[in-house]
Amino acid sequence: MDATAHTHDLGHEHPPKGIMRWLTTTNHKDIGTLYLWFSLIMFLSAGSMALMIRAELFEPGLQFFQPDFFNQLTTLHGLLMIFGAIMPAFVGFANWLVPMMIGAPDMAFARMNNWSFWLLPPAALLLLGSFFVPGGAAAAGWTLYPPLSIQMGMGMDMTIFAIHLMGISSIMGSINIITTILNLRAPGMSLMKMPMFVWTWLITAYLLIAVMPVLAGAVTMLLTDRHFGTHFFNPAGGGDPLMYEHIFWFFGHPEVYIMILPAFGIVSQIIPTFARKPLFGYASMVYATASIAILSFTVWAHHMFTVGMPAAGQLFFMYATMLIAVPTGVKVFNWVATMWRGSMTFETPMLFAIAFVCLFTIGGFSGLVLALVPVDIQLHNTYYVVAHFHYVLFSGAAMSIMAGVYFWLPKWTGHMYDERLGKLHFWTTTIAFNITFFPMHFLGLAGMPRRIPDYALQFTTFNQVASVGAFLLGMSQLIFLVVVLKCIRGGKKAPSKPWEGADSLEWTLPSPAPYHSFQTPPVVK
Amino acid sequence: MSENKQGYYVPTPSIWPIVGSLALLSLAIGATLLFNDLKGGLPMLGIGFAILVYMLFGWFGTVIRESESGRYNRQVDTSFRWSMSWFIFSEVMFFSAFFGALFYARVISVPMLATQKLLWPNFVASWPSSGPYLTNAFRPMQAWGIPAINTLILLTSGATLTWAHWGLVKNNRVQLKLGLLVTVLLGLSFVTLQAHEYLHAAFSLSTGVYGCTFFMLTGFHGLHVMLGTTMLIVMLVRSLKGHFTPEHHFAFEAAAWYWHFVDVVWLLLFIFVYWL
Repeated sequence: MDATAHTHDLGHEHPPKGIMRWLTTTNHKDIGTLYLWFSLIMFLSAGSMALMIRAELFEPGLQFFQPDFFNQLTTLHGLLMIFGAIMPAFVGFANWLVPMMIGAPDMAFARMNNWSFWLLPPAALLLLGSFFVPGGAAAAGWTLYPPLSIQMGMGMDMTIFAIHLMGISSIMGSINIITTILNLRAPGMSLMKMPMFVWTWLITAYLLIAVMPVLAGAVTMLLTDRHFGTHFFNPAGGGDPLMYEHIFWFFGHPEVYIMILPAFGIVSQIIPTFARKPLFGYASMVYATASIAILSFTVWAHHMFTVGMPAAGQLFFMYATMLIAVPTGVKVFNWVATMWRGSMTFETPMLFAIAFVCLFTIGGFSGLVLALVPVDIQLHNTYYVVAHFHYVLFSGAAMSIMAGVYFWLPKWTGHMYDERLGKLHFWTTTIAFNITFFPMHFLGLAGMPRRIPDYALQFTTFNQVASVGAFLLGMSQLIFLVVVLKCIRGGKKAPSKPWEGADSLEWTLPSPAPYHSFQTPPVVK
Repeated sequence: MSENKQGYYVPTPSIWPIVGSLALLSLAIGATLLFNDLKGGLPMLGIGFAILVYMLFGWFGTVIRESESGRYNRQVDTSFRWSMSWFIFSEVMFFSAFFGALFYARVISVPMLATQKLLWPNFVASWPSSGPYLTNAFRPMQAWGIPAINTLILLTSGATLTWAHWGLVKNNRVQLKLGLLVTVLLGLSFVTLQAHEYLHAAFSLSTGVYGCTFFMLTGFHGLHVMLGTTMLIVMLVRSLKGHFTPEHHFAFEAAAWYWHFVDVVWLLLFIFVYWL
């Protein structure tokens, strides 16, 4: 670092007032807040779509919606939850926490950081607006497989452009995060001293830069097949719809880890804090995260075992998939070992983190079940798959986000959240989640197909249980909204380190954290 | 913050990102309208493009002024180097999606269609192929004509650009400007020859999987050449204005990295799209 260059243009001590502050901000905390609110709004809107789906599925037969609209709901529920709720929430965490955790003043590229966020609302506008155009929203499922996605109306074009915008946003955000981590660490903060959350985001950002352009390429080929007479996915011209599936899942499988690695990072911050012990096996956690990322590029075809693949291909993708269970198992073992004989207390973040370890593991095991080719051929496209990925994405990704929100809310707002309401939110969420999604395992094993608004009579009971659970789950999230709003408006004053066992750098700053985190880099021993 | 000895650089609030978002949203809406034969598509695209150009001038102008006023220290320079490298990596992955499509078509989908004798009894697997349904004969692009000349042009331009960089490092401004000028001219000749090739092509984007992989790969590459040429023109204009010092000129290097990347992609295109 060059001591001679006095280039301290920290000129926004007084940010512009009102809406312009948020539109033009270059502050990582403001941008993190924008990401988190955007994510919460998308979570609630995509969640209401899920409730509409569950309302329709409460009974066999068509109650509320035509099948086409039902398909639009499942498609947009998936797209908005993945690209609107989960990914932006993790980027919001990265924005708030990475500079504080590594002792930096801000992100490396503050203006580009603003653009990464402000590309998301236009994308959400395109996605939500597509419900109101002729032909309605995309209804091909979030994977947008051709030939369905070639045939649909202009809602599909809007979806494709929305994916382009969200892809640009993710790539710029990731470049920013990687550069910040590699170049703005405080003196003494070597890579192997970084908090686990920073490590997981470094690897996630690498995955994002590697696969988001591939998704952009795939949907661009959809666009030209739709409008410019190309034959990428049309066998009449020598193309193949399966080619799309390969390219899509080359993006799609790393994407799964993009949505879970930061969750691992959050949980790896929370469990040591409340177990009052350092994280067990830090180095092995880093290597496990990196192995998961590398392996994630070699397993994509396990999403397509039923397409008619050579047996050698099926075997390769089956074994590669099962191999991922090894580093994941290392992680679960380390979390449990961290808790082993710790002085544990059970505040809301810890409750969510423990639930994460248990429920994510169930989702991991059902993933192993699905990795087995002969079993997958039975379970492909059934509710077993829906149960599996909601165990990893809701009780995995979403519940780790909630854990993180409770954990860092005191740092963000300067107030303690309402512990009683937080615990209520935890228990209602965990119980309702299991009521909703556990029966789906049975439905899938019994053969109920996913993405269909109607079903055979014998599936009724489990579907009714799931629908009741879903509405409970949806209502519990309103408690979450109340806790967050209450905490922003006031509450017990939070000390700079509200959690006894916390030890990363953000807890050395006052609560709420000052507008600029570290104006001079702290020295890490 | 005069006590801030480390000299972190954090820019002030900026209007440009939100202007950029507005531009991309207008482009997306315009393209949706245009592709679906609805009114207002072209004007909307035009507005979006105009806003985008305005944003690029404004944003890059700000960055150039900040850089020239000496506000970027070594740490900022290193950040730029990391970010440009990762940006080029993302571009590599973007092209690999289309190369993946090309290899998939050549190795898997076309040979497999030829085995479907009940569906397509007369279809024989070969490359180039426009698939079993489109029976019109077409003449594929030959490697040893314009494409070979273009390969030579791009390889030469890589060398002239490096020569310009040597000039910059030695503080030989004439060599810098001359090298950049020659590189820009070579880039423009490449684009012109490519346009000539497109206009005289005996097939189109809809000539089956050969036509679409050909035009997507060479088309996206051509766009990148135009972008790279634009970057080099900006570097030329900045050199004429006296920007860059032998120690501090990452913008030039970034444009050069990008140009070499475009060069490498072309070599792969020449081998796998034109030649083999």
